[in-house]
Parts: sequence; C-alpha cells; structure tokens
Amino acid sequence: MGTFSPGFHGRARGLADKLPPGQYPTESFPVLSAGPTPRVPTETWTFTVTTENGDSRGWTWDEMMALPQEDTVHDIHCVTRWSKFDTPWRGVPVDAFLEDVETAADYAVAVSHGGYTTNLPLEDLLDGKAWVVHTYDGFPLSPEHGGPARLLVPHLYFWKSAKWVRELRLTLEDEPGFWESVGYHNYGDPWREQRTWDD
Amino acid sequence: MGDTPLHRDGNWLAGPLSEILAVEPTRAWWRCPTCGMAGPLAQLHVYGPEPGLTARCPGCTRVALRLVKEADHVWLTMGGATGAFRFRTA
Ligand SMILES: [Zn+2]
Repeated sequence: MGTFSPGFHGRARGLADKLPPGQYPTESFPVLSAGPTPRVPTETWTFTVTTENGDSRGWTWDEMMALPQEDTVHDIHCVTRWSKFDTPWRGVPVDAFLEDVETAADYAVAVSHGGYTTNLPLEDLLDGKAWVVHTYDGFPLSPEHGGPARLLVPHLYFWKSAKWVRELRLTLEDEPGFWESVGYHNYGDPWREQRTWDD
Repeated sequence: MGDTPLHRDGNWLAGPLSEILAVEPTRAWWRCPTCGMAGPLAQLHVYGPEPGLTARCPGCTRVALRLVKEADHVWLTMGGATGAFRFRTA
C-alpha cells in the first residue's frame, strides 16, 4: 500500500484541470448581492426576449415550464475566486427562447428584477451554452440564489449568470452591464482570468 | 475674434473633485431623486464588499453610489448610471 493511491493522483489531476487560474474550490454556495433580494411569485413571473427593433416575445411561468427541460451539471466560477464543481441545475436552454426570433444582434443584455444587468455576446447564449434555470439540486431555486429563475452561463464568471432574470435585450452594440460598467471585464472568461477591464 | 471653446478639458475638474474627495465622506449629505428621502451617508444601505460596493436609498432602493476597489484603482459612479470614473490610487 503506497502513500499515494491511484485515486488520490486521479483526483489531484482532476482538480488542477477543473480549477481556473486564481480560483479556489468550495463546497458551500456563497451569496453575493448588490441589492435587496427580489421576491418574484411564479404567478406573475414573465420572461421576455426583446430584439434590437423593439419586437418582443414573452413567456409566462407555465409556458416556460412547458418548454423542453434539460438537466445539466456544471462547474461554476465566481470572480471573487471561489469555484464550485458539479452543480446540478434544471431549466430551459436559451436557444428555445430565441428559436423564432428574427435578429441581427451580436450582443445581449440580461435584465433582472431589481435592476441588475449583464452583457454577453449573443453567441455565448446559444448552442446549448446557457440556460434559464429554475431548479437547483432537485429543489426550486431559492430567491437568494436568483429564484424563481436565473440565467446560467457556466463558461463565464458567475456574475454573467444573472439572478432573477426577466428579460434578454438583444443589441447591435455591446452595452456594459452593472458590474461591467464599474471595472469588471466585458467578457469574463475564467480560464483567461478576465476579471477586470485591463485583463 | 478667436473661437470660444465650447468645452474645457477634464483637468478643469481636478480642483473641484479633489476638494470633494478630500473631505470627510461620512459628513456627506445625500438626497434621493426618486423618493426624496434625504440624510447622511450613514443612512444608505450598502451591499458588498464583493464584487463591489453598492449603496442604495433606504427608502426606495435606488442606487446612490457604486464603488469597486482594485489593487491600483477605484471605480466610482455617483448614482446607478454607467459612465464610471476610474481613479488611480497606487
Ligand atoms: Zn429613494
């Protein structure tokens, strides 16, 4: 029996591969907030996609829940340096909301209850890379974590995964959102450590 | 006569801004343009510190100030608008 089992080596290598630069792993699920937690009843919840022409398409909670659902597991990375592995979510791929939308937009702004915004290239929301999620680890998403529904864009820093999302505004120009307008990176790739404006 | 300049450069702000930023900020007085509530800085509700500080009106939650500290800079908006200023601090 050696000091290091193959299993230990396997996990150690796994961690190095899974952890972006400058991050540390955590088991907890820290809550960061920029304002009071909105309480949005599912009875009045809507999700809207608005194009650059002002055309919009909306879904009620029941309509959203009637769309094809996906279970999806991801590592998430917060710009405050914690990473959490294998987080299990259930929700609707953003593709489903954009299927019938005519747009020439290259960018999107996610708009939340409470006024939070975050900007992304539209292509980062498509092709199964982003979801509107309503369930975490088998339970309805709590308001503290963005429930009843939040955006999930796991390949970017977690501030891009807007809590309490209510609208996707498609734009021709990149419009910096809440944190992007005070020094945070416009794109926010954790593997390239794009934390701040200068990175 | 020569052209009258329509605007002056940002250096003209340095004097007034340094006066504002040099005084004791906790003695600042603030008034909310949305709900009209007014009071000293201490009454604001401040969220953060990470990823940044967000100060809000205790009456209506309107953003009163946002501040993000980096190693060498401070980003600041008065109010919730975009168009932040980045100050070099080191
Ligand atoms: Zn107010």
